Amino acid sequence: MAEKRTPILCRDCFSKDESHPTVEAPVRCSHCGSPRLLVNTELFDLTLAHIDCDAFYAAVEKRDNPDLLDKPLIIGGGKRGVVSTACYLARMTGVRSAMPMFKALKLCPNATVVKPNMEKYTAVGREVRNRMRNLTPLVEPLSIDEAFLDLAGTEKLREEPAAVQLARFASEVAEDLGITVSVGLSHNKLMAKLASDIDKPRGFTVISKEETLDFLGPRPVSLLWGVGKVLNKKLNQQGIEKISDLRRFDQMELMARHGSMGQRLYHFCRGIDPRKVSIDGETKSISSETTFNEDIGDFETLKRKLWPLSESVSRRAKKSQLSGQTVTLKLKDDSFNNRTRSQKLAHPTCLAEVIYQTGISLLEKEATGETDFRLLGIGISTLGPIELADPIDLADPDSFKRRQIETAMDKVREKLGKEAINKGRLID
Amino acid sequence: MDVTLERAALLKALGHVQSVVERRNTIPILSNVLIEAGENGVSLTATDMDLTVVETLACMVLSGGAVTAPAHTFYDIVRKLPDGTQVALTTDVETGHLAIKSGRSHFNLPTLPKEDFPAPGAEELPVNFEIGAGDFRSMIDKTRFAISTEETRYYLNGIYMHPKDDGDNGPVIRAVATDGHRLARVEVPMPDGAASMPGVIVPRKAVAEVRKLLDSAGDDPIAVSLSESKVRVSVDGVVLTSKLIDGTFPDYERVVPANNDKELDIECSSFSEAVDRVSTISSEKSRAVKMSVQDGQITLSANSPDYGMASEELEVDYSGETIDIGFNARYLLDIAQQIEGEQARFLMSDGASPTVILDLSDQAALYVLMPMRV
Repeated sequence: MAEKRTPILCRDCFSKDESHPTVEAPVRCSHCGSPRLLVNTELFDLTLAHIDCDAFYAAVEKRDNPDLLDKPLIIGGGKRGVVSTACYLARMTGVRSAMPMFKALKLCPNATVVKPNMEKYTAVGREVRNRMRNLTPLVEPLSIDEAFLDLAGTEKLREEPAAVQLARFASEVAEDLGITVSVGLSHNKLMAKLASDIDKPRGFTVISKEETLDFLGPRPVSLLWGVGKVLNKKLNQQGIEKISDLRRFDQMELMARHGSMGQRLYHFCRGIDPRKVSIDGETKSISSETTFNEDIGDFETLKRKLWPLSESVSRRAKKSQLSGQTVTLKLKDDSFNNRTRSQKLAHPTCLAEVIYQTGISLLEKEATGETDFRLLGIGISTLGPIELADPIDLADPDSFKRRQIETAMDKVREKLGKEAINKGRLID
Repeated sequence: MDVTLERAALLKALGHVQSVVERRNTIPILSNVLIEAGENGVSLTATDMDLTVVETLACMVLSGGAVTAPAHTFYDIVRKLPDGTQVALTTDVETGHLAIKSGRSHFNLPTLPKEDFPAPGAEELPVNFEIGAGDFRSMIDKTRFAISTEETRYYLNGIYMHPKDDGDNGPVIRAVATDGHRLARVEVPMPDGAASMPGVIVPRKAVAEVRKLLDSAGDDPIAVSLSESKVRVSVDGVVLTSKLIDGTFPDYERVVPANNDKELDIECSSFSEAVDRVSTISSEKSRAVKMSVQDGQITLSANSPDYGMASEELEVDYSGETIDIGFNARYLLDIAQQIEGEQARFLMSDGASPTVILDLSDQAALYVLMPMRV
């Protein structure tokens, strides 16, 4: 084998080095003594990154309230709500996000619970994203606190490999914004995302093309993008548990069993992912949901809960100048089974009233009193510009009035605040 | 069964019944036509469970009987037989096949037992009247283009017909159809006996089949029977019975603007030709054509980043204030096609509100069209 020197990068002083082929790789940086070294044969060639903020909501709260620093912290709502984020101290007791609050508090009774302050998180998240966009225009946000970045081409411009830019980014975000991020650097989205998850928090993991197959092989199939609870169970039943198990099947076989997902599995289990980082990361849907303090089976009670959700969806749609032509109702029953029901509309809408009424017609068929529900949500999709929303509909004589009423209400709210005016249906 | 029929008469009858039969059927018997031979002749019945057509033909019956055979195949065979021939239909008791013989041609069709054929409901319907074929045609022709195909609002998938007795035209039957973008309303004088009719929504397929039957009816009176859930129309030996759409038609009168004051009179044929020309440029999806209306003149224009631009000026009779309004070109042309006279009148309010279009030679018809953003 040809002599090959492995590149090394110090994550603290950003000095670059190379390992000697005959000598073992150093453990500490030869310049600053930091043990946080990145060593990988393709370190300075890889350009696709996934960046994820560590325990984002909790980190922001801890930053703003140093008293919380050494205490387990859970961000989430109410008695029956779920955990949206748990800090790493709380996670040590087994608390996970999306876990019901009562369960989390059983695991970690001394945790401090803070209600989420989305406005604050959005502001910080936006700042992080702006900094990402300074690295490359190719930023594809996945949520408020994570994104894919394609840094191909920036190495020449900045005269610095992507890895160095990313290390610098992570350390600057920690310094300036007081929160930490984990970075995954690899050759495609699938691998970058997996990499960022490995060494959280404050991680930086590099997976080279060369390592890909060995990296994936022994890991569970549930790690792959698109393999959720249901598919995982199905695969396990077929004796497919590790990613390498998938490689036994040819493409046709997987497709016959799992359709287009099978084709993806065929490629993913080999670390192949042709998806590009797309910047138009446009909103695909707008939705709002709530978990009840106590399960609800009664249609009328659910109906009342649906109105504020519809309003919230409508408010956000109007704010982002969007309208949707599909309304989707989401329910979770007392045994945690999800039900979603959709209805396509004759015209795109941004009106709370239309979203609500469509939601009710869907809810009616589900809330028959036989099942109790713990969660209710509603959303719109098939989004388009607001200009096309809610035209006068000759087959719906109330359409014009409905729009006038809501426009009037919005105007009052704009002047006097959100609670200034409301529909009578909120009064018990 | 052993009967002999005129090829032409049989073909015409089969033409009526076969179009009721869906091309794809999950229930095999619904692909068949029921052929019954009695003393007076042969009757042919086809149904899709919602719509049933029965046609009776006088012919020579050597022996009676009944059988069902594949409707489309049977029709295709008769269609290809030479004109002016006689067609003999016989059933083979052993094989159960239907034999079709004409000249030197001979066909055998598989059959299904007549007992399996869903019996068409022949029950009496409470409201009975006769309406002139011409009036009936006009109710259908001037509204059917506006019937919606949207499945979620199934109650728009037909023509709403109801009695009305407070307008300028005296007691009338009104036919209305809308898809939300345009609405068509036409009135015909109330026939004797129809005043007690319920408001009914006649489904699109029944509308199409009835319209075909009316083609050859000249101005004969057509017998119509109605109940809350069914309509029956009898034309020249053909009896068509259809379920009605079980739903509530929207209160359309509230969307017909009464106070539109901007009055524009146009010459219909030159207008539609111009719209057609200009719309060549408008994008396939929106089909938007803009109308800039000013004193004595309108400018039709279309602008599309992908296809270019077009404009055309027309002299018109208008003296109101200047107005810009956009319409879907296809909808404009659909309506223009229904206008019988030379002149059409647009009654507008503003560029965003519904516009009324009238046929100046036909007081009975009214159209409402929603503008588009342009």
